[in-house]
Amino acid sequence: MRDRSLAIRSFTDLANPTRFIALAGRLLPWLAGLTALLFAIGLTLCFTTAADYQQGETVRIMYIHVPAAWLSMMGYSVMAASALGSLVWRHPLADVAAKCAAPIGAGFTALALVTGSLWGKPMWGTWWVWDARLTSVFILFLMYLGLIALNRAMDDAGRAAKVSAVLILVGFVNIPIIKFSVDWWNTLHQPASVLRLGGSAIDPEFLRPLLVMALAFTCLFFTLHLAAMRTEIWRRRIAAMRRQAARSAASA
Amino acid sequence: MPFRLRVDGLGASRGEDPIFRDISLILDAGGALLVTGRNGTGKSTFLRTLAGLHPADSGTIVIEDGGDATAPPRESLHYLGHRNAMKRDLTVEENLLFWSRLTKTAGDTVGRIDATDGTVEALESVGLGGLGHLPFGYLSAGQQRRAALARLLVAHRPVWLMDEPTAALDTASERMVEALIAGHRSIGGIVIAATHQALDLPGAQTLTMAGFAVTA
Amino acid sequence: MMALYFRDLKLATRAGGGALTGILFFMAVVAVVPFGLGPDLKLLARVGPAMLWIGALLASLLGLERLFQAEREDGSLDVMLMQDTPLVFTVFIKCLAHWTASGLPLVLVTPLLGLFLNMEPRAIGATMLTLLAGTPAITLIGAMGAAVAVALPRGGLLVSILVLPLVVPVLIFGVSAAYAAVEDPAPFLPPFLILTAITLFFAVIGPTAAAVALRAASE
Repeated sequence: MRDRSLAIRSFTDLANPTRFIALAGRLLPWLAGLTALLFAIGLTLCFTTAADYQQGETVRIMYIHVPAAWLSMMGYSVMAASALGSLVWRHPLADVAAKCAAPIGAGFTALALVTGSLWGKPMWGTWWVWDARLTSVFILFLMYLGLIALNRAMDDAGRAAKVSAVLILVGFVNIPIIKFSVDWWNTLHQPASVLRLGGSAIDPEFLRPLLVMALAFTCLFFTLHLAAMRTEIWRRRIAAMRRQAARSAASA
Repeated sequence: MPFRLRVDGLGASRGEDPIFRDISLILDAGGALLVTGRNGTGKSTFLRTLAGLHPADSGTIVIEDGGDATAPPRESLHYLGHRNAMKRDLTVEENLLFWSRLTKTAGDTVGRIDATDGTVEALESVGLGGLGHLPFGYLSAGQQRRAALARLLVAHRPVWLMDEPTAALDTASERMVEALIAGHRSIGGIVIAATHQALDLPGAQTLTMAGFAVTA
Repeated sequence: MMALYFRDLKLATRAGGGALTGILFFMAVVAVVPFGLGPDLKLLARVGPAMLWIGALLASLLGLERLFQAEREDGSLDVMLMQDTPLVFTVFIKCLAHWTASGLPLVLVTPLLGLFLNMEPRAIGATMLTLLAGTPAITLIGAMGAAVAVALPRGGLLVSILVLPLVVPVLIFGVSAAYAAVEDPAPFLPPFLILTAITLFFAVIGPTAAAVALRAASE
């Protein structure tokens, strides 16, 4: 009954990388399917809803831009939570989770920056301005890239995880700055309009595709993250096996 | 006149301090020289001078290759220093392939030229068969030394200069080094090894470095 | 010799290699500029070419110290010094590989950073072109500094100090060519040709001087 022994009975069982891989293997097709379905619905909604009377067709960029920007912050939050896990509970899986979230988060941040620029050129007349929101997101992007570089530069995975965990947690101060930058400073970027006290300021016509897309992006993030974590665990096992091979050849 | 290495009145110094003076020797094809002596007596400097890495104060190093033709010594030499000259981030095979491509001379008839350039055979003969795909940094110190020895095998050079070839090696591997040296000498190669460990090289000349007393 | 070129490329891009770090440093330097100058878009557009040039210059200097030091530390340099291929040529190939791995990417990210600095497409194109012609010179000059400092334990900063005065002409002609492309009265071609000439000049002088320094350092 090999299958039973790999069943997840409690949350702590997730700590076991072998169980995690089994779980990820079972979960991934469903998650990927759900992502595809949500994207199909979301993208259809994106292109069938009415254009904005002021922004015209460019409003559709927002359906990509806003979820990507949310995910760029969520990606970092996932990393920060994992960093806490690897520092406090010394969870090897948390190391893996933090490392794997970085490239995905960087990808979403890049998407948010690019789509924002594409929208900014016709709307604001420039690709880029150095206002608080844009600048803080750009800094988030640099932080992602810096963490990726740090992880690549150290060959001891365990030590790299500890060092980058510290850096991730320190860098987390940037997340509230990004979130509230539009409220604290007077910026060109419009203030939050979906999540705010007193109800959303967006017409349901635009809100519906936005929320579906946000859900689709979230599912995409977790699909990619889970797949990346599984790959990383395999990669570490291969590295361990190669070291083992070198050692066993020595004793032979 | 057969192939041979002739050193005449070689002397070298580090900064102001003379390290050795007036060393003369002749090594015929298949010959070997064991350089011994305590630490700091200039074994390494002697080898580096032969390799052309350290300037000689006096004397000449000539490789006589039949007739009057004297080839510049550099391209006939393999030098194995203290350090292994391998990159940790590349696999053993990538390292060896690189050195084979860089050091193989045009007239190389012993080294093979094909897709693997003899790296597989070279690794087999140093007892690292099947480990070529591993990053060099994964190997233990002894294995790294053996991989460095394999570098001498992937491109043929008649003269081997070996500085502490058995550093970090266990007894079994020391025997392997002796076998490698014997193999090289059997095809007419010359080996000069500096070591303070007992290396069994049959019929080898010995050069004991005494070092200079510092004279004011 | 192609083997050396590809080995160095492999080392630069593999884990721990410096290629990514250089680009990140370049982006970080350019991103810091608006904080110092204030987010005035007109001002940024005007100083853009100069900022990109200074950023690229600093980023190119960053990885240079390891160019020969890594080879010396693991003993590879000794073996290279002993080959019949002239050392000058070996150094030149190493510079070429270093530029491909860390200079060329800087040129390629220039348009992106140009947008951040609100530069005109024409100015971005000109800056890219001048960087393409000028960054090899920085690498080649830097190779001299790296060779001189190869035996020093903490040569990194020293390399920059040694090299910066020598790179000044590259910076002058690179920036003036980039500006000439945007501002009408000044012609683009003369400074650009001088820049190219500097690169070609140092393609000869740089490796020669570096080879002499490496020989001296190996004793």
